[in-house]
Amino acid sequence: MTTALRARGLRKNYGDAAALDGVDLDVATGEIFALLGPNGAGKSTAVEILEGLRDRDSGEVSVLGTDPARADHRWRARIGVVLQEARDFTMLRVGEAVRQFGSYYPAHRDPDEVLAAVGLTEQTRTLTSRLSGGQRRRLDVALGIVGGPELLFLDEPTTGFDPAARRQFWELIRSLRSSGTTVLLTTHYLDEAEALADRVGVLVRGRLVEVAAPERLGGRDRAEAVVTWEEDGKRCEQATPEPTRFIAELATLFHGEIPGLSVVRPSLEDIYLDLIGSESEHEGGR
Amino acid sequence: MSTMVTTDSVIDVAGTRAGAEADRPRRAPLREVWRIGRVRMAVEVRQLTRNTGLLIYTFALPVVMLLLFGSIFRGRIEGTSATYQQVYATGMIGMCVINGGLQNLAFAVASERHSKALKRLRTTPMPAASYFLGKVASVLVATVGQIAVMLIVGVGLMGLTLPTDPSRWFTFVWVLLVGATACSLLGIGLSGLIRSENGAAIVWLPIMVLQFVSGVFILFSSLPRPVQQIGAVFPVKWLCQGMRSVFLPESFKYSEPAQGWEHGRLALVLAAWCVVGLLLCLKTFSWRGRDDG
Repeated sequence: MTTALRARGLRKNYGDAAALDGVDLDVATGEIFALLGPNGAGKSTAVEILEGLRDRDSGEVSVLGTDPARADHRWRARIGVVLQEARDFTMLRVGEAVRQFGSYYPAHRDPDEVLAAVGLTEQTRTLTSRLSGGQRRRLDVALGIVGGPELLFLDEPTTGFDPAARRQFWELIRSLRSSGTTVLLTTHYLDEAEALADRVGVLVRGRLVEVAAPERLGGRDRAEAVVTWEEDGKRCEQATPEPTRFIAELATLFHGEIPGLSVVRPSLEDIYLDLIGSESEHEGGR
Repeated sequence: MSTMVTTDSVIDVAGTRAGAEADRPRRAPLREVWRIGRVRMAVEVRQLTRNTGLLIYTFALPVVMLLLFGSIFRGRIEGTSATYQQVYATGMIGMCVINGGLQNLAFAVASERHSKALKRLRTTPMPAASYFLGKVASVLVATVGQIAVMLIVGVGLMGLTLPTDPSRWFTFVWVLLVGATACSLLGIGLSGLIRSENGAAIVWLPIMVLQFVSGVFILFSSLPRPVQQIGAVFPVKWLCQGMRSVFLPESFKYSEPAQGWEHGRLALVLAAWCVVGLLLCLKTFSWRGRDDG
């Protein structure tokens, strides 16, 4: 397994405040990595340093084998960047914008094919200022992938999407992965991270507090399950590390069917809120 | 993939001479700069022609000004063989250079920075030089277009005569080129002062004042001496003086403050402002806005 992106001890201060406080990060080639974290946790700062848009104060960074702070046009031709929402190039038509950006890259993809992939073929001749929020975001993605990047940065790509558009977008990202593209994604949507990411990293107050596969984050796979059922018209609840045995016992108690039975493992959201909650308290106590 | 592995192994021996050489950032080859520059030029011109509101403002403003001044102030200027209308026409040609370079670029670059277009471009392999080539095309189209309109109105309605002497056309070309370069560099430099899309007054207001003290709206020779001296520090006065030397009768030079066209000093002042503009650009140009971290 080769490494597409590697950071060690990444630090960035704004004034006295540390936006990034020693972040170590590895993203493997071909992987989709999701960076989660509350607002102000340093996600955008981290991503912009990795994209070569921002300087770091200290730490070592290698992205596609190059330090982004010393990168040139050859390196930029190998990455694709979808920034947070922006309304620019409002005087251009959709097709013109994609062709323009394609022409910057030595080995770019066919602009029409890219427009089809993001579902904007019908809008090719529409002025970008006339696009809806979701369409505009898909154009942003088109501009990010038209160069045929090896590594794609997506900063909150699906903000403002309706659920159907979000599903389509996930399909697009999965198809990019299957063609070998590495993806670093930041998002506020935990279902998005769970659906797309091979691994997620949780960034809180400038520190990466945990990195794991979504189904294993925070010991989620080993966490206690909560069993609920109804007894004498009341809802009962029991947390247990062995739900199967507990339900078997319940079943003998009820002589068969258990009324209103459900077994719930903590969701990614529960684990995430737990992680950022305990981190904040820890920070606050210092 | 093979290139990546190679680069990784180079990093392992970083510190050795070979590693440092391979990792050194390179400039894009000139062929690439020019190829992408042509793309940017087409994009810039397209954006310019599609911005109808700005286009009308840019092209109509000097015409309306000229028609207004030309209808209020008529007749021969005392002691010369030139008319007020002719002098205003040359002043407005000077103003076209300011509009097409300084004003156009200050607003365009500020708005591209504000809308994050610059930041987005920065993430691509587009060379910075290609971006500026595009801006050159935008300035050329805006400036030459305005001047063409101005010459048509000037010759048609204001009694302006086109020079027949080739040396005067030569003067026209170099004053235009050096003047437009100074204005463009200053425009890009000043764009950093405009922090949001509606902060245009910070550039627009000084330009208006500058045009007054430079004799665009009021005959320069009739301005009070201290005002003339202030005007002489800035490029607008010299641009207009250069245009007067192209389009007005030779005898008019005796009503200039120095009793002559001062082409040498004119070139020197405009060139100095090119340097000031360039330094301002190098010092302040940024691909991102100040509100963006």
